[in-house]
Amino acid sequence: MTGNIKERFSFVFMVAGIGFFVLGFIFQMLGPLVFLKDIPMKTVSELAKEDINAEFYQLAEDYPAEFKKYFGEPTQNAYSEALRLGRDIYIAEACWHCHSQYVRPVANEEIRYGNVSVASEYQNELQMPVLFGTRRVGPDLTREAGVHSNDWHAAHFYDPPSVQPDSVMPSYIWFYDENGRPNKKGLAIVAYVQWLGSWNRS
Amino acid sequence: MASDIFSFEFKGSSMKMNEKQNPVNYKIVTAHIIAGLIFLTVAITAGLLYSLQFLNKYPLPGIEFFSPGRVRMLHTNAIAFGWLLNGLLGGMYWAVPRVSGYSVLSRHLSWLIFWVLQVLVLAAAIGILAGYGQGIEWGETPIFVDPFITLGLILIAINFIPPILRTSRDAPLYVSLWYFTGALVWVIMVYIMGNYVPQFFIPGAAGAAIAGNYIHDLVGLLVTPIGWGLMYFFVPVIIKKPIWSHTMSLMGFWGLAFFYPMQGIHHFMWSPVPMHVQYSAVVATIAIEVVVTSVLANFILTLKGSGDYLRTNYPIRWFYTGMVFYWVTCFQCAIQGTLTVQKLIHFTDWVVGHSHLVMFGVFSFWLMGIITELWPRLTGREWYSMSLHSWAYWLNTLGLVLMFIDLTIAGVVQGFTWWGLNHFMDSVKFSIPFWFIRTLSGLMITGGILSLIYNLWMTARSEKVYEAKIAVA
Repeated sequence: MTGNIKERFSFVFMVAGIGFFVLGFIFQMLGPLVFLKDIPMKTVSELAKEDINAEFYQLAEDYPAEFKKYFGEPTQNAYSEALRLGRDIYIAEACWHCHSQYVRPVANEEIRYGNVSVASEYQNELQMPVLFGTRRVGPDLTREAGVHSNDWHAAHFYDPPSVQPDSVMPSYIWFYDENGRPNKKGLAIVAYVQWLGSWNRS
Repeated sequence: MASDIFSFEFKGSSMKMNEKQNPVNYKIVTAHIIAGLIFLTVAITAGLLYSLQFLNKYPLPGIEFFSPGRVRMLHTNAIAFGWLLNGLLGGMYWAVPRVSGYSVLSRHLSWLIFWVLQVLVLAAAIGILAGYGQGIEWGETPIFVDPFITLGLILIAINFIPPILRTSRDAPLYVSLWYFTGALVWVIMVYIMGNYVPQFFIPGAAGAAIAGNYIHDLVGLLVTPIGWGLMYFFVPVIIKKPIWSHTMSLMGFWGLAFFYPMQGIHHFMWSPVPMHVQYSAVVATIAIEVVVTSVLANFILTLKGSGDYLRTNYPIRWFYTGMVFYWVTCFQCAIQGTLTVQKLIHFTDWVVGHSHLVMFGVFSFWLMGIITELWPRLTGREWYSMSLHSWAYWLNTLGLVLMFIDLTIAGVVQGFTWWGLNHFMDSVKFSIPFWFIRTLSGLMITGGILSLIYNLWMTARSEKVYEAKIAVA
């Protein structure tokens, strides 16, 4: 057998292929898991149980007929369902490609958005997969709860420049029925956006 | 058919073959190249459409199926899986049998993989547009497509590992095969890790550590190693010289293999991911720049004395342009991957410029070089037009440089408006001119790609039989 062992298939396969990757996986990926293991993981139902935020009750009052039709009463179950659906829409429409979900301790972000994000805020079912995001074409949303009213959001999703001149956000008219009232998707996405950071308000 | 490429001798394993013994399946190479170019056309169309949204000129407003957010995911995934994976596989079907002297496991399996890949990319594209995208960057392929992609990647490894394994019994492996071996193993693990773990098992900040590594590793452990493996094959073959330094080749490969899986968290700097893991990612990010510089030096010294190829040979010109962009990208990484620079440029268009420089400027350029090198051999036809090559090269290069500079400056402007606590809308208003230039640069790139595709099409239809090497411009 000629040549250096470093140039043999088995060595490249085992050491570079499997070995180094596993090493990286342990340091970079399992490391954070170990350090964060003591933070309890919450399901959506548990989140809804802790607190149904004021905006959700308000949503039931703002759009009573629609709310009744799609979610019934603003109960824990309805809240879980709305949050889960809202999160799914947030992913499907790639909201997370233009809006981030964490406030950094640098670049004056505390002043602009609010408290710096901490790991425990993300230890729940709605952050699986995590929705940190990597780009801010629009602002960060992780302290969005209550910043705008439900009505503002309803108008904004329908036609963003109508409430935010110069906005480059597309309109999402399939969140609305033929009368321009929010449908199930519309209510859910507003509930979800109004939930973001609601736990962090004083 | 050209015979020069068959008689190339590698140190340690000499091989000379005639066409009858030729282990390369020409049809599968051609098929992957054509499929790749079709998805590239889809991807750049999607990219152009999406860029128009930033100017509030989206031509298909209010249509759910073509919502700009979904079209963005189509753009990136069509590039990664439709164009790059197809093109790289085409290159590997050419290079692996030639380097190893053995054909892949099975021609039937090759065709199975080919059709599975096309169906999956199509299914992923339709799934994304229909609203089933997954919330993982570069992993937006719908959850129901993921298991099949995993299976496809395993089939690819099963098809390509036998020739590598067989040649390893005869002699030490050539550099290209180290990279291919690594990539074939890594991509399976990377894909499983990125698409399933944050989705089903690990939430929040720990999940972000994995998602960040997936963003990085899809480029770093799939596209990069296959790309470099192909460079180590095609460059010496074309300029008829061995790689300058074997030691530097070793350094480059082992450095990449060691440092690349350790830096993905630089995508989530200053996030709730534990800080010391972020610090380690910074160190690995800077370390890889040293490795990359050694690889670049190796290739530039290989070209020493043969610099005229840059002027006369289009494949070499594409390859080395891509390599220069690669070095710029990695040098940028070492700077932008620090916590200090992240304060300003994270979340901005700077990063978008960076990713275009990598995925287009490096790997797409290399693939276009490989296609330029192989097409006359695959079709047996002489080039239709040499000036179209020039158009393709210059439109793509100038378009990309314009886009890169434009988005980099835009990123700095956006970063400062945020840091300076301007009204948020300022960052949008100030970006409009940059986004306009971005669309223009996208049009230039589209023109470049279309001139290449038109040239390929007319060449395949031409009557002129290919005899010599690719002619001088």
